Amino acid sequence: MAQHTTLSPPAESSLDADAAGLLADAQAEFDRMMAEDSRIEPRDWMPGAYRKTLLRQISQHAHSEIIGMQPEANWISRAPSLKRKAVLMAKVQDEAGHGLYLYSAAETLGQSRDTMMADLIEGKARYSSIFNYPAPTWADMGAIGWMVDGAAICNQVPLCRASYGPYGRAMVRVCKEESFHQRQGFEILLELSNGSPEQKAMAQDAVNRWYAPALMMFGPPDDDSPNSKQSMAWNIKRFSNDELRSRFVGMMVEQVKVIGLTLPDDEIRFDEDTRTWQHGPLDWGEFQEVLAGRGPCNAQRLERRRQAHEDGAWVREAASAYAAKQRTKQMDEMDQVA
Amino acid sequence: MSPHGNPEVPAGAAADVIRGARQVPAGSRTPEPADPAPTGPAPVQAPGSPAAAPEPAAWDLWEVFVRSNRGLSHVHAGSLHAPDADMALRNARDLYTRRNEGVSIWVVPAEAITTSDPGTKGAFFESPQGKDYRHATYYTKSEGVKHL
Amino acid sequence: MTGPSTSAAHEDVTTGVAGGDGNASATRITPGNALRPEDIALEVRTGAIRPTDDAAEYALRLGDDALILAQRLGHWISRAPELEEDVALGNIALDQLGHARSFLTYAGGAWDKSEDNLAYVRREHEFRSAHLVEQPNGDFAVTIARQFLISFYQYELYRHLMGSTDATVAAIAAKAVKEVDYHRDHSAQWVLRLGQGTDESRRRMIHGLRLMWPYVNELFDEDPLTLRLVASGITVAPAIIREEFDRLTGQVLADADLEVPDVPAAPGGGRRGEHSEHLGYILAEMQVLAREHPGANW
Repeated sequence: MAQHTTLSPPAESSLDADAAGLLADAQAEFDRMMAEDSRIEPRDWMPGAYRKTLLRQISQHAHSEIIGMQPEANWISRAPSLKRKAVLMAKVQDEAGHGLYLYSAAETLGQSRDTMMADLIEGKARYSSIFNYPAPTWADMGAIGWMVDGAAICNQVPLCRASYGPYGRAMVRVCKEESFHQRQGFEILLELSNGSPEQKAMAQDAVNRWYAPALMMFGPPDDDSPNSKQSMAWNIKRFSNDELRSRFVGMMVEQVKVIGLTLPDDEIRFDEDTRTWQHGPLDWGEFQEVLAGRGPCNAQRLERRRQAHEDGAWVREAASAYAAKQRTKQMDEMDQVA
Repeated sequence: MSPHGNPEVPAGAAADVIRGARQVPAGSRTPEPADPAPTGPAPVQAPGSPAAAPEPAAWDLWEVFVRSNRGLSHVHAGSLHAPDADMALRNARDLYTRRNEGVSIWVVPAEAITTSDPGTKGAFFESPQGKDYRHATYYTKSEGVKHL
Repeated sequence: MTGPSTSAAHEDVTTGVAGGDGNASATRITPGNALRPEDIALEVRTGAIRPTDDAAEYALRLGDDALILAQRLGHWISRAPELEEDVALGNIALDQLGHARSFLTYAGGAWDKSEDNLAYVRREHEFRSAHLVEQPNGDFAVTIARQFLISFYQYELYRHLMGSTDATVAAIAAKAVKEVDYHRDHSAQWVLRLGQGTDESRRRMIHGLRLMWPYVNELFDEDPLTLRLVASGITVAPAIIREEFDRLTGQVLADADLEVPDVPAAPGGGRRGEHSEHLGYILAEMQVLAREHPGANW
């Protein structure tokens, strides 16, 4: 524990004892806040593991937003109507914004955005593995909006109440803005489903491809998710992976009927005993493969981010250099006045 | 370092930990080294020393405050990075007012914000506790009297 | 602040109620109130407005410039030098796309064509965009150079078009002028920073300006259509806006310690359907899906 604080160097044993006492007090205060379902703010004492868990989760979340821009950004130039083009552009732009909100929240935990970005580009950081799947057709814009964003929203709404203040606040903003993301995806699919047979087939194909990856966005089954328990104890996570997944399946089952398509899963049923939605088996082996970097688009996505960052280096440097010169100029002018 | 600037500055700003936004002891009698509160960027880095050497051109962090309507206060909206104040203002406009959220924006360098120390909150915020005579509800005998 | 009141504040933010007190959320969002392409489409459909052939042809030029520029700028989203700039360029692209939709919707009123008809079914020689907006993005400095020229041009033009005798053109311009005013500011800020930042940025900025400057003249070309439109008060003589354009761009360049590039002007021809070599590729990409499914709804 001591490593997580800036306690005095271990000099005299009495000081150590004082420090240990204060640390115990701080832990007790933290525990009390958790019990009261209060919020932790950046300058509060927090256990090192709590900080580490948050930093990992929030930065991964931010990375997911940023990498998640790519499969959709690829379709901005080809969107089949000007209205859809505007909607898609606004959506991808929102994702950049959401990444920024989340990086800011992570920065309050003491990690700079540059460091996080470097970790991402060097392949040291994770992001939602769903964005390593390709989006080859326009219908994917519908499926991503309806299913991927739908799953994300299921995950995110409870995060608005996450115990860490900056994370919760970032999520409030994200959720508000994201409300149109799922709807526009739903409407794309609906339009396709009511269109030509070819369009409808395109929509069904996209739903088939994104279904399982979307369900896996909630993470491994509860039995196999050791970190979940701790995150729930810390009021970061409010519902278990399986609870959220079940809720999501239940929503999709109804919505897909309105769209006029089907979900590629014969085993979906509502279990009266557990009051949960059950679904067919998911290929967690594939999930692990994609997560480990062996998905269809992992290399491509990271390369694109790396290239944008590196291509932008001279621009960022120029702006910083200009700012420094302006500061010097101002100081010189003040000196002259003095 | 004395508290300065905007009294509305929130505790949850990204300024809180990084960029050397140091805590003010705020009248605390607890000696700094024995205070477990200033966690700072604990396991990752020592306060004031960035975890990894950031690229030389790394842009500064700014806190953004948005006034949503005339007559209202500016409220903390979030943070962003920008090379200077002019660009910070523009980035704030682009990032935080895409949906008509504001009619006015403040940007403040994160490092210019001084925050009270949560570790001393017992002492710092104790005084007003129990002084209920500062509130109208304390004066019960006048209850029911009109226009009072 | 203690626990319960913190979460109470959260509830307030979540519901997003615009309170009348100082605690009002900074995330209160509204759709705003401005002229939208959909409003124009409705008026066109109901026959409330219908442009003359000349006005339609002119709206086509303005719309095509904005559309092709939006198409170019959209490419930056997810590739900008910094995430904040992804958002900034996205905003500018969305503004331009909005202007394009308004102008094209209005133009289409003369020929019973929708904005999408005009954007997705026309062939290359039927487009009326200027060569400047067709130029490739290049590096960030090239894009900024293009933005610098087009935004100062569009600002002066729209400012005058607010007084157009064509009420719809005037209304679209009134909405657009405020947006391109910001585009002007955005590009000028970057011209200053790139021009006076590092040696490399200065070299790239000068290069970008040299690449784009040949296409300036075309923006101010007079032809029989503009002469007729000037006569009927629908638009303003190009020479008038050229003067302001030169003065204001010159000021920014001087502030950035840059010079107006000494490069020969290109002949242009976009208004006659004679385009740069780039437009074919832009249209191929933009139209590919819509053309695969003729008549489909999206």
